[in-house]
Amino acid sequence: MTEVSVDPARSGPARSILVQDARTKRRNAAERRFRAYGLAAIGIAMAALILLLTSVLAAGLSAYKQTYLQLEVNLPAAKLDPKGNRDPAEMSKVFTLAYAPLLQQALAAKLDALGVTTTLSAKDMGDLISKEAPATLRNQVLADPSLIGSPHVIDVLASGRIDGFFKGRVTMESAALDANTSPEALRVAQALKDAGVMVTRLNWAFLTAPDASDQRPEAAGLGVAILGSLYMMIVVLVMALPLGVAAAIYLEEFAPKNRFTDVIEVNISNLAAVPSIVFGILGLAIFINFMGLRQSSPLVGGLVLTLMTLPTIIISTRAALKSVPPSIRDAALGVGASKMQSVFHHVLPLAAPGILTGTIIGLAQALGETAPLLLIGMVAFVRDYPSAFSSSTGLFGDPSTALPVQVYNWTQRADPAFVERASGAIIALLVFLLTMNAVAIILRRRFERRW
Amino acid sequence: MISVTFPFLAVLALAALAYAAGLARARAVAGGDVRSLVALPKHHALNAALATLLPGLGVMLTWLLAIRVTETSGSTVLVPGSALTFPAVIIGAALLGGALALMRITDQFRARIAAERWIIGLLIAASTIAILTTLGIVLSLLAETISFFSSYSWTDFFLSLVWQPNFRGDSQLGILPLIWGTLYISFLALLFAVPVGLFAAIYLSEYAGPRLRAVAKPVIELLAGIPTIVYGLFALVTVGPLLRDVIARPTGLGDSASSVLTAALVMAIMLIPFVSSLSDDIINAVPQSMRDGSYGLGATQSETIRKVVLPAALPGIVGAVLLAASRAIGETMIVVLGAGAAARLSLNPFEAMTTITVKIVSQLTGDTDFNSPETLVAFALGLTLFVITLGLNILALYIVRRYREQYE
Repeated sequence: MTEVSVDPARSGPARSILVQDARTKRRNAAERRFRAYGLAAIGIAMAALILLLTSVLAAGLSAYKQTYLQLEVNLPAAKLDPKGNRDPAEMSKVFTLAYAPLLQQALAAKLDALGVTTTLSAKDMGDLISKEAPATLRNQVLADPSLIGSPHVIDVLASGRIDGFFKGRVTMESAALDANTSPEALRVAQALKDAGVMVTRLNWAFLTAPDASDQRPEAAGLGVAILGSLYMMIVVLVMALPLGVAAAIYLEEFAPKNRFTDVIEVNISNLAAVPSIVFGILGLAIFINFMGLRQSSPLVGGLVLTLMTLPTIIISTRAALKSVPPSIRDAALGVGASKMQSVFHHVLPLAAPGILTGTIIGLAQALGETAPLLLIGMVAFVRDYPSAFSSSTGLFGDPSTALPVQVYNWTQRADPAFVERASGAIIALLVFLLTMNAVAIILRRRFERRW
Repeated sequence: MISVTFPFLAVLALAALAYAAGLARARAVAGGDVRSLVALPKHHALNAALATLLPGLGVMLTWLLAIRVTETSGSTVLVPGSALTFPAVIIGAALLGGALALMRITDQFRARIAAERWIIGLLIAASTIAILTTLGIVLSLLAETISFFSSYSWTDFFLSLVWQPNFRGDSQLGILPLIWGTLYISFLALLFAVPVGLFAAIYLSEYAGPRLRAVAKPVIELLAGIPTIVYGLFALVTVGPLLRDVIARPTGLGDSASSVLTAALVMAIMLIPFVSSLSDDIINAVPQSMRDGSYGLGATQSETIRKVVLPAALPGIVGAVLLAASRAIGETMIVVLGAGAAARLSLNPFEAMTTITVKIVSQLTGDTDFNSPETLVAFALGLTLFVITLGLNILALYIVRRYREQYE
C-alpha cells in the first residue's frame, strides 16, 4: 500500500478547513434533510393525534348538553284516571299517547302567555317537544298519582332538531329543506329561548339513560352500555386474572424445557396476534352455538374478551415474575420452603404491582374492543338495564350492549344527531381508558421495586 | 338445561368441610404433638380440600361437555344428565376424593407434596387454555367451513370475481374482490405508516434530546392505546368527508365519503405507533460500537444510520413491517366505518371497496340462519383471514430468527 492515488478533482487550489467544499456541503445537506424527515414524521404522528382528539371533542362535547323546555302541564283527572281511585295499576292503562296532547296544550298556553304568534299547526308545534317527553310525564304521574288534578311543572326534552339548532347543527337554511322541522319552528324555539322557557344545560342523563329509538336521538344515553361494559370487565377480571397468573407462574417457574412447553409458548404469542374478529367467530361458534349461552349477554362478551386479554396478562405477569431476583427464591428454599411456597409466599407478592399494571392495561384493551362483540349479538337494541343476576337468565345473562358497540350502533343510524351522540360516547370511553391507564402508571411508579 | 348452581355450591361446601375434617384428623393423628407429623396439619387439610374440590369440578365440566357434544351432534346413544343423577354423581366424586384423602392422613404422609401436586395440575390446566383456544378457533372455523363447502363450490369461492350475496339463495360468493380490497387498503396504509413510523423511531432513538423524547414517546404510545372504534369514527366523520370534498369531488374521481384512501389513511395512523415502537427496540439493539466505528471513518450521523444501523436492523424491521401488515389485514372497525361495503375490483383509491373483515361482520350480524351458505361463508372468510395473518406472523418470526445478527 505505498501508492497514493491522487483524485484529480480534489487537487485544486489549497483548501481552507473554514470553507466547505461542494462534497461536504452535499453531505451536510443530506444530513439536514434526513433530520428534517425524522422531525416531520414525529410531527405527523403528533398532528394526527391532535386532529383525532379535537375532531372527537368538537363533535362530541355538545352531547353532554341538552335543550330542555319547562312547561306547566294540566293533568286532568278525567283523562288520566277515569276510575278516579288513583291506583297506578289502573292508571297504567292510559297509554303514553294520551299524555302527548297535554304537553302540546301546555306549550300552546305558554306561547299565548308570552305573546308569541305563530303560523305553526298544533302538530308542528308538538314537534318542538321530544317524542320521549310524554313517556317521561307518564312515568312521573304513575310514580306519584297525587299530581293529578293540579297543574304540574315539568322539564321535558326539546326535540332533536331544536336541540341541534341551539348547538349550531341545524340552521334556518337546512330546516327549510327538512321534513321534520321548519324555519318557523326554529323561530318559535328562539322566542322560547329568549323568554327563558327553553334552556340548554348540562345533561348527565346522557351517561345514565338507556338507548332510544331512531326517532329520538335527544333521549339516547349510555346507561345500558356502561352497565354492560362494567359487567364484562368484571367477568374478564374474575376469569383472566387468575387464569393468566396461573399460566404465567407455570410457564415461568415450573415448566420443564420440553416440546409441550414450547407449544404453549408459541400458542400464546400467536394468540396475541390473531385478529380480534376471529375471537368473535370463536365466541359465536363455541360459547353460543356449542355451549348454548345467551346471545348478547355480558357473560359471553366477557368470556370472549377474557380469551383475548389472556395473552396480554400472561406476558406481563411473566415479565413481572422474571424481574424478581433469584436470591429471593433461593432464600425461601434455603429455609425449607417448597418451590411452590417460595413462589406463592414470596415471588408472587413481590411481582404483584407489575401483574396489576399489566392486568389494568389488558382490561383497558378489552374495554375498547368492538369487533368480536358485534358477532355475538351485542349490537341489539337494548332499552332495559341488564341485571347482574336473574333466575331466568342466570349470572350476567341479560341482553346488553357495550360502550364501543353503542358507538358503532349510533354511527349506523340516519339522523345526524347520532353522530354527536357517538362522539360523546367516545369521549366517555376515552375518559375511562385514560383513568385506567393513569391508575396503572401510578401503581407502577409507587410500588415497582428496582432490585 | 340442568342447573349447575346447586352441585357447584355443594362441592364448594364439601371442600370447606374436608378442610376442617383434615385439620381435625391430622391433629388427632398427631396426638397433641404436631412435631410428630411429617407435614403440617394445614397441609393435610389443604390436600383434603383440593382432593374434594377438583374431582367434583372436573366431573362436572366433563359431564357438561359430554352433554353439549351429544346434543349438538344429535346422537341418541347417550342421554346423560337427568335432574337427579347429575348432582348425585358430582357430589359422589367429591365425597370419594375427600374420603380417600382423609383416609391417607398418617404421621408419615407427605401432605405438602400431595397438595402441591394438585396445584401444579391446576397451573398446567390454566396454561393449556392457550392451546384450547387455538384448537377452538381452528376446529370451529374448519367445521363450519367444511359445511359451507358442502353447499357451495370451493372453486367458485376462491376463483370467482363476483361477490353478490343474496339471502333468497343463488348467491355469488367469490372471495377475490374482498381479498383485493383488503390487500389494497393494507398496502396503502403501510405505504404511509412504515416511512413515518420508521423515521419517527430513528429520530427518537438517534437524534432526539431527552425533552423531545419525553413528549413524543408518550404521544406515540397514546396513539397505540386508542381503541379502533375511535379511529373508525374519525374516518367516518372527519377524514372521509374531507377527502371527498377536497379531492374526490373536484377531480371527479369519486363521490363517496367511505373510500379505500379514507380507511388506509386512518389505518396508517393506527399503525404508526406499532411500527415505530417495534423499530425503536430493534434500532436500540444495534450496538453503539458499530456506530462509533462508522463515525471514526468520518461518516455523518445520517450516513451511519443509512449505511450501518439500518442494514444491521433490517431483519427486525422487515419482521415489524410484516406484523404491521398482519394487523392491517385483520383490522375491522376502521374498514367497517371507513371503507364501505361495495365489493369491487378497481384501482381508484377514492372508490368505496370492502374487505374480508367487513363481510364477516355483515354476514354474521343480525338474523342469521346457520344452514345457509350466506351465513356460513363468514366462517370460510374467517379461516382465510386466520391463515393469512398466521402465515404473516410465522414468516415475521422466521425472518427475525433466521437473519438476526448476534452481537455479543
